[in-house]
Amino acid sequence: MARQDKKRDVVIVGLGWTGSIAGIELAQEGLDILALERGHDQNTVPNFEYPQQIDELKYGVRLKMMQKPSHQTVTVRRSGDETALPYRSLGSFLPGNGVGGAGTHWNGLNWRPQPEELRLRSHVRENWGEQIIPEGMNLLDYPVTYDEMEPFYTRFEKVAGISGKAGNLNGVIQEGGNPFEGWRSEDYPMPPLPTTWDSTKFQEACTAAGLHPFHAPAGIASTAYVNPYGMQMGPCNFCGFCERFGCYQYSKSSPQTAILDALKRMPNFEYRTESEVLRVELAADGKTATGVTYWDEKAGEEVFQPADIVILSSYQLNNVHLMLLSGLGEAYDPLTGEGTLGKNYAYQMNGGVTLFFEDDNFNPFVGHGANGVCIDDFSVNQNDFGALGFIGGSYWRSGTFNGQPIRSMPLPKGTPGWGAGWKEGIGKWYGHAMSIGSHGSHMSYANNHLDLDPTYTDRHGRPLMRMTFNWQDNDLRMNQYMKSQMEPLAASMNPTSMQSGFKDVGAQYDVRPYQTTHNTGGHIMSETPAEGAVNKFSQTWKAHNVFAMGAGNFVQNTQYNPTGMVGGLAYHTVHAIRTQYLSNPRPLV
Amino acid sequence: MKTFLKVIATLVVLGVVALLAFILVPVQRSAPTEQLAADWQPQPGQGEYVLNASDCVACHTADGGAPLAGGRPIESPMGTIWSTNITPDPETGIGNWSYDDFRAALVDGLAPGGRHLYPAMPYENYRLMKEEDIRALYDYMMAEVPAVKNAVQETSLDFPFNMRFGIRAWNWLALTHAPGFTPADSSEISDRGQYLVEGPGHCAACHSPRSPFMAQDGVTVADDHFLAGGVVGGWNAPALRGSASEIGKWSTGDLATYLATGRNSHSTANGEMGLVVEHSLQHLTDADNIAIAAFLKGIDGDAGEVPQTLAAAGPTALPPAEADAAGADTTAMLTEASPEMPLGARLYLDNCSGCHFVTGKGAPEIFPELAGNSLVTGSETTPLISVILNGAEVPSSAKRPMVLRMQGYGKRLSDSEVAELATFVRTAWGNDAGAVTAADVAAVRKASATH
Repeated sequence: MARQDKKRDVVIVGLGWTGSIAGIELAQEGLDILALERGHDQNTVPNFEYPQQIDELKYGVRLKMMQKPSHQTVTVRRSGDETALPYRSLGSFLPGNGVGGAGTHWNGLNWRPQPEELRLRSHVRENWGEQIIPEGMNLLDYPVTYDEMEPFYTRFEKVAGISGKAGNLNGVIQEGGNPFEGWRSEDYPMPPLPTTWDSTKFQEACTAAGLHPFHAPAGIASTAYVNPYGMQMGPCNFCGFCERFGCYQYSKSSPQTAILDALKRMPNFEYRTESEVLRVELAADGKTATGVTYWDEKAGEEVFQPADIVILSSYQLNNVHLMLLSGLGEAYDPLTGEGTLGKNYAYQMNGGVTLFFEDDNFNPFVGHGANGVCIDDFSVNQNDFGALGFIGGSYWRSGTFNGQPIRSMPLPKGTPGWGAGWKEGIGKWYGHAMSIGSHGSHMSYANNHLDLDPTYTDRHGRPLMRMTFNWQDNDLRMNQYMKSQMEPLAASMNPTSMQSGFKDVGAQYDVRPYQTTHNTGGHIMSETPAEGAVNKFSQTWKAHNVFAMGAGNFVQNTQYNPTGMVGGLAYHTVHAIRTQYLSNPRPLV
Repeated sequence: MKTFLKVIATLVVLGVVALLAFILVPVQRSAPTEQLAADWQPQPGQGEYVLNASDCVACHTADGGAPLAGGRPIESPMGTIWSTNITPDPETGIGNWSYDDFRAALVDGLAPGGRHLYPAMPYENYRLMKEEDIRALYDYMMAEVPAVKNAVQETSLDFPFNMRFGIRAWNWLALTHAPGFTPADSSEISDRGQYLVEGPGHCAACHSPRSPFMAQDGVTVADDHFLAGGVVGGWNAPALRGSASEIGKWSTGDLATYLATGRNSHSTANGEMGLVVEHSLQHLTDADNIAIAAFLKGIDGDAGEVPQTLAAAGPTALPPAEADAAGADTTAMLTEASPEMPLGARLYLDNCSGCHFVTGKGAPEIFPELAGNSLVTGSETTPLISVILNGAEVPSSAKRPMVLRMQGYGKRLSDSEVAELATFVRTAWGNDAGAVTAADVAAVRKASATH
């Protein structure tokens, strides 16, 4: 018999970026709010203290900040012909755990999608015709436009504290910024960070080639900073421990630095850790939710938590899992195209070139997660899809994020992987390598989807979620195009040697090596209930008092890191709840 | 001889009579400084505001205890004084106190029945409060504060401090100033600041030096040593006046921001001052914190530009300050980072420079400046050592909600390393304070471990 607690106005599932945004914005409405967080509580001090935090073995390799597969994981297969097996050891992607979620251990790259990416099907149709869309690709427009989103991107960038330089201010191109970005109503709230030697070299090469370099937009503070909630950041010291780590310096944009202490002051907000939501409970007519049932780890019991509004703000994979388990929509069937939950799971298509310079010392330990210089000359809105034979694009970046000894020891091909030869190679090349990365879009396909696994269950007896995912030719062709453009640019920098890493057509998804934690889709936004799981306000089509936040809303993945879009959508959603929903709870579309 | 004995006997008798009178004859209570109209009512919220401005909560609330229910130990040179329950509970609090009883406690340091309060209760300062504020406070505490039954530990000091009648004599020395507030008539803003500082805010209780009898040496702005700096519980309460003082280098806006949020472009509030910000100052209006700052900055000169608002919400990018001339040599030495540099400098570079920078300037509102910081350069070294060992915490406030925590380095650094580091920062960037020894550090480490 589950315990039942007193009813709340709002229950928030997961206290990362989007849960924190929902918490503070709805708490300002005076609502009684409870946030349930599966993981532990954590804060800069004591959890991220120096030097304990900058322990590559503990956090970088043993992944202490991440979800434990024994608590929760997915099964993975590449196609419907295979039998999915549990993802028992984290590799390809790293879902976070604990208060702050992935917002504490990210790299800090904060982008807005290009306007064309939010209406990509229309963009394709208008320029080349729908016949260029490959068989099996579920190419869609977002149900929101860039112009609608712009104020909310701006809002999130101010809250999160982003350093950068605008390239397009109200339609006027700005020297030194990204000329291919969507318009901005205001410049970034902090100036760009200084560049390291690798990114300086890259910048010079790009300029010489007639390309348009600009500073990477960074959720890393370039100065001391005060955000709209009065929350604060301190300037980054370039220690090189961002991704997989919490920041000990208050320099990385995170729920801890941007929102949580302001939220915790509010008497109508409460949060509980070690409280894992098991399912959303629906009313008898299935049209609204009555609350959530969660596992109270400390009490060792199930709790029913009634609430008027349920905000699903856990990680994308977990949101989709909860929705599948709770019947918040029909599961997607890739054969018929019917159903919406689990549809359009997408990822990221990345590649890069590593350059070795005998005579340059890059001091790779001086860096941060969003360090460097980028170009968008090969991005979605610059590519002629018809001529190039793919739909998509990428941004390129060069800038060291770390020189950590276990995982950041690039060596020229042919260097022995162990023993005296390896030692000699390390001695010769450590600090003499730089890289250029291509961070590319990933479309959605019928094959790539999420559903419930028929075999494996979690510790609560719930079916695990099953991921069916493989690389698709369209994105691999895009990747090969980037290789063909990047190698000459890299060669123009005259390295001693260089080597490329770009997946080619025929590549199979390998879940073991780390690639990126940009898992998207599965509860996508749509104009109509037939196409997706939520409407433009992230409100589920199934139950109007359930809102599902995060990258699960992405109809296909953009070429950028998802956080800027996730934060913008969260503000867009809470604005709709505040201005439209609370006074008259109903389906907003 | 007989005559002599008679004289002696008479003197003894007189002495005994005088002593008995001293002990037993009730002390006269001061009359109200102003007659309030019979139908006088406080402004809505006035009583709670006075409570906050007077920081009653800080002393009269135990850690984890109900607000104002007492039981907090207050260390004094005479021994531990336990704060009393001032909720309106009739048995264990002040529920049976009349308004005249209440005024006498604030103005004369007298509890009902004429019993003397220990001057840990800052009646030297509350004595200067306006009648209407005392009344508003009384009304609020009786009507709005929940009564909490909480019998607190009796204060029992060692002889002779347990003889409360002795305080009568002490009061002759300490209460030479008349009750009520006398504005200096500088400006309306400054006068308001003066009132808050002298009266409810009782700033002089820490920031004025103490006389040989432990009375406040400087209670009003008319006194020479008013707010010239004091030492409280091993902490320097820095001078709040004079061009040589730390705040002498701050603008009025900087100071007001510090009061309201516990942080500004130069420094952060730690220890006792952090508690003052947490419990008292952050609850004042911006206008009042600005008034306090304008008054303090104006004591020895011109308050300069007096801002209208403070600590605006962001987004605000605040670039760090450059090294100044006094800090140039240290900055150059730390930037060069020669392996030959002294141990203290190396420890600074390895542990501190990420936030406080080679310039010692820190970063505005988040990482305090160490150059010219009174906590760093104070005569008392315990606070600096404690911050290095145990860290520090700046409380959350409405306008700057982030709890700024500096981590401690006690596990990472030995006593001698902390001593080297502390000595370095006390002499870097033009700082000119004495060395810290490993024994000093060991003592603070030991005391921290037992707390």
